[in-house]
Amino acid sequence: MIRDLANPTRFMSFSGRLLPWIVGAAILAMAAGLYLAFFVAPADYQQGETVRIMYVHVPAASLGLFFYVAMAASALGTLVWRHPLAEVSQRAAAPIGAAFSLVCLVTGSLWGKPMWGTYWVWDARLTSMLVLFLIYCGILALWHAVEEPGRAARTVSILTLVGTINIVIVKYSVDWWNTLHQPASIFTAGGPKIHPSILWPLVVMVAAFALTGVALHLSGMRTEILRRRVRTLTLLEAERLDAGPATGSQPTLGSRPTAAGPEVA
Amino acid sequence: MNPHTVFIASAYGFTALIAAGLVLRAVLDHRAQVRALAGLEARGLGRRPRRG
Repeated sequence: MIRDLANPTRFMSFSGRLLPWIVGAAILAMAAGLYLAFFVAPADYQQGETVRIMYVHVPAASLGLFFYVAMAASALGTLVWRHPLAEVSQRAAAPIGAAFSLVCLVTGSLWGKPMWGTYWVWDARLTSMLVLFLIYCGILALWHAVEEPGRAARTVSILTLVGTINIVIVKYSVDWWNTLHQPASIFTAGGPKIHPSILWPLVVMVAAFALTGVALHLSGMRTEILRRRVRTLTLLEAERLDAGPATGSQPTLGSRPTAAGPEVA
Repeated sequence: MNPHTVFIASAYGFTALIAAGLVLRAVLDHRAQVRALAGLEARGLGRRPRRG
C-alpha cells in the first residue's frame, strides 16, 4: 500500500479523499480540546491559571520536533531512494515545523514571564529549541536559494540530517543540564507525572494539533506536487517555443524534459 | 480579572494567528498552483495524447 501511495498520481487521488476527513477531525478535536482546557481542566495548585498556556505550548513543541523527524526520514528517502515524493514531503514539512517551533518559543516565553520572572533565559532547553527554529529557517532559505528542486532537496537533506543531532539535544537537555525548564513530565519511564484532570485535556489538544499538522502537511504536499507539474510544463513550453513552430509534437507529463529535472507527475 | 490573563490571552492569540496564517498560506498557494496548471493546460500542455 505504501508503495502504491508513493506514486504521486495515486497520492493525489488518495490524499484528496482523505484530507476533508482529517480537517473535520482536527476541527472537532480542537473544539473539544479548547473546551476541556478552559472549562474542565482545573488551575494548577502552584502555577494557577497560567497552566492553561501548556495546552498550546506542549502540542506546538511536539509538532516542532515531530516535523523535523519527519523531514529527516524524508531526507533519507531523498538521498537513499531518490524518491520525488520524499522531496515533496520534506519541503511541505519545513514551514509547518518552523511555525510550530516559533509558537513553542513565544508561548513558552509568555509562560516564563509570570512563572520565572523572565521572558527568556539562555538555558539548554530554550536555547536548543531556538537553534531548532533557526535550523528550520536555514532549511527554508536553502529551499528558496536553489532553483532546481532535485538539487535543492539533496542539499537540504544533508543539512536536515546533520541537524538531527539537535533533536536529541532538545529532548534530553533537561536531563543532561541543570535548566530552568522543568524536566519531562509526560513521556517518562514511569508514566506521566501530571494529574489526569490536566493530562487528558492536554492529550486531546496534542491530538488536535497533530491532526491540524497532518492536514497542513498533506495539503502542502499536494500543492508542492502541483507546483512541480507547473514548473515542468513551463519548462516544456519554453523548450517548445525555443524549438520553433516546426515542432508539432505536444509535450505531456508523460515525457521527460531534459531541463526540468526529476519530475513529479 | 486574573493578573495572568494577558499572558494566557497573548499565548492563545499568537497561536491562533500563526495557525490562521498557515491555513491561509496553504489555501492561497494551492489555488495559485491550480490556476497556473489550468492556464498551461488551456494552452495545450500537460494533456496526455489519446491512444489508439
